[in-house]
Amino acid sequence: MGHTRRKDTGAEAIDENLRRVYQDMLEEKVPDRFLDLIAQLRAQDEGGEPTGGDSK
Amino acid sequence: MSADPRDEIVEHIPALRAFALSLTRNGAVADDMVQDTLVKAWTKIGTFEPGTNMRAWLFTILRNTYYSNRRKAGREVSDADGIFTESLSEKPAHDGRLQLADFRRAFVQLNDEQREALILVGAQGFSYEDAAETCGVAVGTIKSRVNRARARLAELLKLDDEDELEMTDQATMAVVAAGRAGGALG
Repeated sequence: MGHTRRKDTGAEAIDENLRRVYQDMLEEKVPDRFLDLIAQLRAQDEGGEPTGGDSK
Repeated sequence: MSADPRDEIVEHIPALRAFALSLTRNGAVADDMVQDTLVKAWTKIGTFEPGTNMRAWLFTILRNTYYSNRRKAGREVSDADGIFTESLSEKPAHDGRLQLADFRRAFVQLNDEQREALILVGAQGFSYEDAAETCGVAVGTIKSRVNRARARLAELLKLDDEDELEMTDQATMAVVAAGRAGGALG
């Protein structure tokens, strides 16, 4: 059915663009602030400090 | 040695940022939300069930943060700095492909609920079930949001120009009418 095929082409075009836009975002380099944050959270735990202790 | 599920969190940061940017369409707001999400996830890891979809769990935290902020602000955050539509790298379009910039401009016009449903299912590849759980709604609601989002994009991108017979008139009219009613009532 020609109609069905054209419809699928529209949906495919949308999904393909969606994935490309999303992929572009996924490939952005993770800023250091997040890696630093994870390291900080980990250090807090390993240092035995109570989490949520708000010692700052 | 018990594996700490938190070791896995870092792998999901790119996806969290992409999802946050899709929701907020604003780079600075998105990254603040990711930061909040990471802290919450780290401290509430006890509520994560090992063996389940960690990305879905993280996305749930992130979207709860987003909608809670949106409620406080009383409105949707706009693409104020244009980061979503303008600053991402542009790749050349090939025959039959849409210009990505056009697609982004159309995408940001979807409402929050449609954008997140489409991103989760269409881009992130979540099952309808995982997307429904992430959004705290029924599976049927997610399906309907994804369908409406696709129909709205097709409309905005004029993909239906040569496909006028594809969507039944009734379905088209329902979407248009829903949009108008939403505008009038909302």
